[in-house]
Amino acid sequence: MTHHPHPLSRRTLLGGMLSVAAAASLPPLGALARQPGPQMREVPSTGEPLPLVGLGSWITFNVGEDPLLLEECTAVMAQFFAMGGRMIDSSPMYGSSQATIGHGLEALDAVAQVYAADKIWTSNPAGGPAQVEASRRDWGVPRFDLLQVHNLVAWEANLETLLGMKAAGKVRHVGITTSHGRRHDGVEHIMRDAPLDFVQLTYNVVDREAEQRLLPLARERGIGVIVNRPFRQGRLTERLAREPLPAWAAEIGAESWAQFILKFIISHPAVSCAIPATTRVDHVRENMAAAGTPLPDDALRRRMADHVRAL
Amino acid sequence: MGLSEWLSYRPEDLLMFSLRVYERLFELHNQALWPMQLLALGLGGAMLFALLRPRPWGTRLIAALLAVAWVFVAWAFLWQRYAPINWGIRYVVPLFVLQALLLIALGMLKGGLGLPARWSVPRGLGLALFLHALILHPLMALPAGRGLQGAEVLGLTPDPLAIATLGMAAMASPAQRAWPLLVIPALWCLVSGTTLATLGAAGAWPPLLAVGLALVARLWPRGSPTA
Repeated sequence: MTHHPHPLSRRTLLGGMLSVAAAASLPPLGALARQPGPQMREVPSTGEPLPLVGLGSWITFNVGEDPLLLEECTAVMAQFFAMGGRMIDSSPMYGSSQATIGHGLEALDAVAQVYAADKIWTSNPAGGPAQVEASRRDWGVPRFDLLQVHNLVAWEANLETLLGMKAAGKVRHVGITTSHGRRHDGVEHIMRDAPLDFVQLTYNVVDREAEQRLLPLARERGIGVIVNRPFRQGRLTERLAREPLPAWAAEIGAESWAQFILKFIISHPAVSCAIPATTRVDHVRENMAAAGTPLPDDALRRRMADHVRAL
Repeated sequence: MGLSEWLSYRPEDLLMFSLRVYERLFELHNQALWPMQLLALGLGGAMLFALLRPRPWGTRLIAALLAVAWVFVAWAFLWQRYAPINWGIRYVVPLFVLQALLLIALGMLKGGLGLPARWSVPRGLGLALFLHALILHPLMALPAGRGLQGAEVLGLTPDPLAIATLGMAAMASPAQRAWPLLVIPALWCLVSGTTLATLGAAGAWPPLLAVGLALVARLWPRGSPTA
């Protein structure tokens, strides 16, 4: 990600102090002063407001039992919560990420604040409930807020499991996921037929296929959209880092390419939340700040996409 | 998911951990095992001596020590450290145990293996691979900036163990006993080298090169007497 120097402000100073405090002693969240929160958008099916930026855990939180790296991840979560973050997304496919999240939630006493989004990922649907229960124990939460069928694996049976859990009050929201722009036909089919609360997909300023059918359909059907891979696993921000940020990005308060990209994503009216993953506290601060300042309108969104395409 | 969809992913899309996390595995492993590294290096030196002055008992000793190492690495490194960040490794652990059984069955029972006593290309390549595994491979941590605390030591970590086994099997005879001993180490080296290359690690080439050299040594015409 690109980071542009900016003057030391009270907010910057406070953010830095919070990060240091989180990394050094990891106090309970109640001890941390809250910063101005991110903008919220309602979950279409329930009206529950959620911050427009969440936290992914693919690769970044898969640190095994390494005590040093576990504390670094906890510091990332501390900053995320201190800035009003709620949704953290993981999967049993992500190695030890779920246990890392559980470690952080316990250390930060943040179970009540997190919106826990996880997935079911098994080609053996009979084992689905046991997998969900193992994930729940790793997280240390009483129940998940959202469970999604990971990459449409055995989606019919697994979605039936999740819908049954929702009916029984064991999970609040249900969804499906895809990534890398794959299987959009299948996703569209499920979105039309199944009572989903969320769909998770890849969307950013260069991966815009979802704008054609899935995002309009999500609005039509009242399905929330979670956006994964906002930075193409860092490759997009690395490529753009070679280019200067356009001066007009300041109109929407974008101080970096990462904020530019996030603002493009979360300004789409169908998008509920983007979930960038990171191992760095300064990146969390940067990502969360993207949802705390004005978002582009349609005309500016077109300009943003045209500009990146021309680079 | 169909094969075509799998093939549409980039290798880096399938990696589920970072280079830093992978390298920290070795630091934590070495911390936990110290001073076992000294014992491992000593036993590695004993194996090198047995390779340089081949005797039937020495060859059986090499096979036995390598077999113990394959089981130990399967448990202490793959299962305890690597599997938590890479769920695919749980499927590799049985192959490491199988390799240990192969070393016992083919290297120790019913005549076991023979090793060349005179200079030859297979012997030179095999010894070079073993020397790399014993001495150079642990030292590769230094230019990579990881320090000796990140060293990958023969007998305690998978890459040098696989390379050393390739070296021994590359020069051993008879061929019908040596070839089966090459398969699992070669597969591991290919997987490990590809993983390291995808992670952008400097140490990606030795495991890949080791497979090529072992194949050259194994396919080289031979006829030297063995012990």
